[in-house]
Amino acid sequence: MRLAILGAGAVGGSVAELAGEYGHEVVALANSSRAAVADDEELDVESALERAASDEPLGSSDPDRVFETDYDVLVEATPTTLGEAEPGFSHVERALADDRHVVLANKGPVAERYEDVRALERESAGSVRFEAAVGGAIPVLSTIEDCTPQAVTAVRGVLNGTANFILTRMAAEGLEYEHVLAEAQDLGVAEADPTFDVDGTDAALKCVILANVLADGGFSLEDADVTGIQDVPPSALELAAEDGRTIRLVGEATREGVRVGPRLVPENGAMAVSGTRNIVQIQTRHAGDLYSSGRGAGGPETATAVLSDVGRL
Amino acid sequence: MSDEYASGSSTTGAAADSEAEADADATAVDSEGDTPETDGGRQAYTVRLELIDEPGELLRALAPISENGGNLLSIHHERGNITPRGHIPVEVDLECVPARFDDVVDGLREAGINVIQAGPERYGEELTVVLVGHLVETDLSDSLSRIEGDAHAGVLDLSLNAPDGTDAVSSARLRLAVDTGRRETVLEGLRSLADEKGLGLIEPLSGGEI
Repeated sequence: MRLAILGAGAVGGSVAELAGEYGHEVVALANSSRAAVADDEELDVESALERAASDEPLGSSDPDRVFETDYDVLVEATPTTLGEAEPGFSHVERALADDRHVVLANKGPVAERYEDVRALERESAGSVRFEAAVGGAIPVLSTIEDCTPQAVTAVRGVLNGTANFILTRMAAEGLEYEHVLAEAQDLGVAEADPTFDVDGTDAALKCVILANVLADGGFSLEDADVTGIQDVPPSALELAAEDGRTIRLVGEATREGVRVGPRLVPENGAMAVSGTRNIVQIQTRHAGDLYSSGRGAGGPETATAVLSDVGRL
Repeated sequence: MSDEYASGSSTTGAAADSEAEADADATAVDSEGDTPETDGGRQAYTVRLELIDEPGELLRALAPISENGGNLLSIHHERGNITPRGHIPVEVDLECVPARFDDVVDGLREAGINVIQAGPERYGEELTVVLVGHLVETDLSDSLSRIEGDAHAGVLDLSLNAPDGTDAVSSARLRLAVDTGRRETVLEGLRSLADEKGLGLIEPLSGGEI
């Protein structure tokens, strides 16, 4: 497949780097200001990414030129935005209007405007996939697809590595939230502004996407009941531990709704993953619970989910 | 389940052919009319009885339950087990309106049936939650009595962890006994209590094999 990649950050850059290994070709790579586009000659991904890393223009073309290339799949890996989910949504719209496929790493369009995306998809010869938007490298959506969404009754998961890292460290060391957050920022686990991770928004967006898949639409972030981990004191983790439990930020998606909040889980149970690992529990009607655990974030990890989607097209 | 009574009694039809039950149903309806119930009214209870090993004894023990408005759900007749007094233990699950449960137990005792346990075992599930926040300043004992006031929950134990003193943020782990099938109702009550008092509620993860 010929890939046009929008977004040259950790995920978009990794997709560009790994595409060849998966048998695909990159014909365009763009960030918000410039694009590198393969016209007659082959696009040199490595040097384009080097230029971007040293704050030079990624390429010489206008980002809009990406849509004029001869691509098969648009990989949308620009940052997630809420509300109208722009510019991600417009990118999806444009690619579908041209009957091309879209693979999303960007959560915005399928969390905030799922029905709109599906309506555009119905009018198009292209299709939309978004495995990378939920749980990074963990095959969550393809598992639900394999079980068929109707046979899945609920999906629960520890879906944010930053929040999980903080709770794990707080429980292990008896430290205060603020202290562990600062440590996580020093280690690069938490971003300078960790709000989306610790207040539950990131996990909620993933669960909203899951609920949309289960119910075929109907949910956006404002429908989710979300509580973060900022107010969990070490004393609560101690009490939980005395009882053989611990606390994890767990998101839950069903056809009825989305809930995210700190929950008590058995200390040695499957859901008590530690550090930045994620886990997803898929509760099925006929086959009990299925679990997948792994790296829920990271450039190359998430890129593998994007490339798996490309392979499924 | 090892004799003809048990096998025939393990369904709601246990004493369906006795006149007593027909009467009892009528009584229960009357009772509900006196004290309106908003949630369907009936709750499940378990009573443990001790019976003499004589024919007809089980049927005799069931009559006071039906006569006092109880509806039999299941009967576990442990013929292989003998109590220290040489009697046979029987566990009966029944449902009735809460106001009639004491009548059921009194009826059994009046009939000379030895009731080993009744009441506390009505709780079929345990639920552990952690409350976080200014627990003491927001009147912890009031919070506990309000949870106790919930018809479907009882507080089994409480652990308070207040490392920075009682006027700072503290945590409390509550272990609750909850009526079978009422877990979500009890959680709803806890959520609104926490909301009202500005406390954080850390719920157990529900569903699935966790």
